[in-house]
Amino acid sequence: MLLVLAFRNAFRHRLRTLLTLAGLTVAVTAFGLLSTVVDAWYAGAEGASNARLVTRNAISLVFPLPVNYREKIRRVDGVVGITHSNWFGGIYKEPKNFFAQFAVEADTFLDLYPEFVLSEAERRDFLRDRKGCIVGSKLAATYGFKVGDTIQLKGTIFPGTWEFVVRGIYHGREAKTDVSQMLFHWSYVNETITRQIPRRANQIGVYVVKIDDPARAAEISSRIDAEFKNTSAETLTETEKAFQLSFVSMTEAIVVAIRAVSYLVIVIILAVMANTMAMTVRERTAEYATLKALGFSPGFVVGLIVGESAAIALAGGLIAVALTFPLAAVFAQAVGTLFPVFNVSAETVALQLLCALGVGLLAAALPARRAMGIRIVDGLRAVA
Amino acid sequence: MTQERATLPPVTPPAPPLVQLRRVAKAYRRGQQLVPVLADISFDIAAGEFLALMGPSGSGKSTLLNLIAGIDRASSGEIRVAGEDIAAYGEAELADWRARTIGFIFQFYNLMPVLTALENVELPLLLTRLSRAERRERAAAALAMVGLAERMDHTPSELSGGQQQRVAIARALITDPVLIVADEPTGDLDRESAHDILRLLQRLNRELGKTIVMVTHDPHAAGHAHAIMHLEKGALSAREELGDGVAGGLSGASDGSGGAY
Repeated sequence: MLLVLAFRNAFRHRLRTLLTLAGLTVAVTAFGLLSTVVDAWYAGAEGASNARLVTRNAISLVFPLPVNYREKIRRVDGVVGITHSNWFGGIYKEPKNFFAQFAVEADTFLDLYPEFVLSEAERRDFLRDRKGCIVGSKLAATYGFKVGDTIQLKGTIFPGTWEFVVRGIYHGREAKTDVSQMLFHWSYVNETITRQIPRRANQIGVYVVKIDDPARAAEISSRIDAEFKNTSAETLTETEKAFQLSFVSMTEAIVVAIRAVSYLVIVIILAVMANTMAMTVRERTAEYATLKALGFSPGFVVGLIVGESAAIALAGGLIAVALTFPLAAVFAQAVGTLFPVFNVSAETVALQLLCALGVGLLAAALPARRAMGIRIVDGLRAVA
Repeated sequence: MTQERATLPPVTPPAPPLVQLRRVAKAYRRGQQLVPVLADISFDIAAGEFLALMGPSGSGKSTLLNLIAGIDRASSGEIRVAGEDIAAYGEAELADWRARTIGFIFQFYNLMPVLTALENVELPLLLTRLSRAERRERAAAALAMVGLAERMDHTPSELSGGQQQRVAIARALITDPVLIVADEPTGDLDRESAHDILRLLQRLNRELGKTIVMVTHDPHAAGHAHAIMHLEKGALSAREELGDGVAGGLSGASDGSGGAY
């Protein structure tokens, strides 16, 4: 009966309840979307492996490393695999069509990144064709790339117009895998550059190192960096996660602002909901007094108020969760490959429901306290 | 002499009154000031009595009813209902006592608007250990008794004022309380509905033996009681005995011409 009473009370003033529900739905949906944006920001770091290290030039990422570091790093104790990649930074048709392009050592790269899933035939074709490339499924969907297509990039770091033939479309083994990249052969880029600008030949952007035990990451990093101490290109080695987070930290203020706004939205709806519940309780003072006169405890009255508030809040939360998924898909479509991974996580859904429930409970707290404390005779007088 | 003694009926001690008030006073605090509402009230209400409390506005009749019903506390004095000193109870005990002992009838019915007539009547039984089926059965029987068997599934907004008050009466009866308190039960009703409600209260009193204390300012309503207690400025001024309740009106009921209390 308590539940029946709370539920029917919730829909007594339909317009008021529906407006509150709508506000709550918008707020919790906005919270979910903003949280997903923040998650997307950290997606690169989330998808990074602890068993991989990244070795770059100690001065800055924009300075390259010599190709002959490869074997020295490979020989360091604990290193079981190595590959390398260079940021290409080409423009596809127009500068606004931004996506990540890397010139990689193809066979070792695919070995170190088993989360990039290709069919055997696609892998074989890619490795055979020095002008071949592979693109992530999201990137392919965004620009309509198909196997056999030629992609023309205008180089910014590597001058000239570059043509690559799509030999495969890779998929992510996990939801957090970045499937918006384009990968092609470093050897092709290097050969071309060697001819055009000999002084920039044989340069590597970063080495990616696979280690035997993630627990030894710090030790192995130190050993690698020690190898190149006092050379013209000293190295800085860190885990892939730390490497990715260093990019995020550059834009941390934006992330903090987005996170703050997402919680601010919840605080605003809390104020709106608390006002609704305060009005509701004020109107029903006589009913609560009657229940108390009949012998119901103040706890029963609190249960009614909290139950009603929580029911509205949870309904809003559930609708918001249901809306977040299609809206996130539309958002991801709109921003294209800006966010390589844009998935609504289970944690975000849980946070949305928790926020909704929290709003429901907090909004009811003060009105419930007031209803609890009201004297029966004063409450009954509210009828007359 | 011996023969005479043998024919005398056996001596039975008089039944103790259901409600006993002794030197009851009530004052409200308004800012720094204490405003006296009731002073030195002492009287008894016998079990099975139908008593009307009358008096002008501000005379303290509703406050007195609230004290007897245990929804307000006296500033001093003693109130015993069915032998229990309710001043000694804490809030939780008092709520439990009200649920067991008192049936409430309010001027504005005070039904839950979102519940049906049946659910409204069932409400006080939630505080008992009865099963849902038993609660429903009893509530249906109580509604049938007040003549609303056909309106069980209607919400209060679908019922007339008189019907709503009948639902409230069924709700007051459902826990089989020893005392029913009614605060202006006909105050919001038209003449005909008021008459029906008063006849219903009389039936409860006569047929079920319910003790009823009713606050009213309507002499016609008071005429349905056994006795009228008059209050003036927070004190009892007179008690008027009416016998078995003179339905249909009462001459002199409001002029305080009854015997001095």
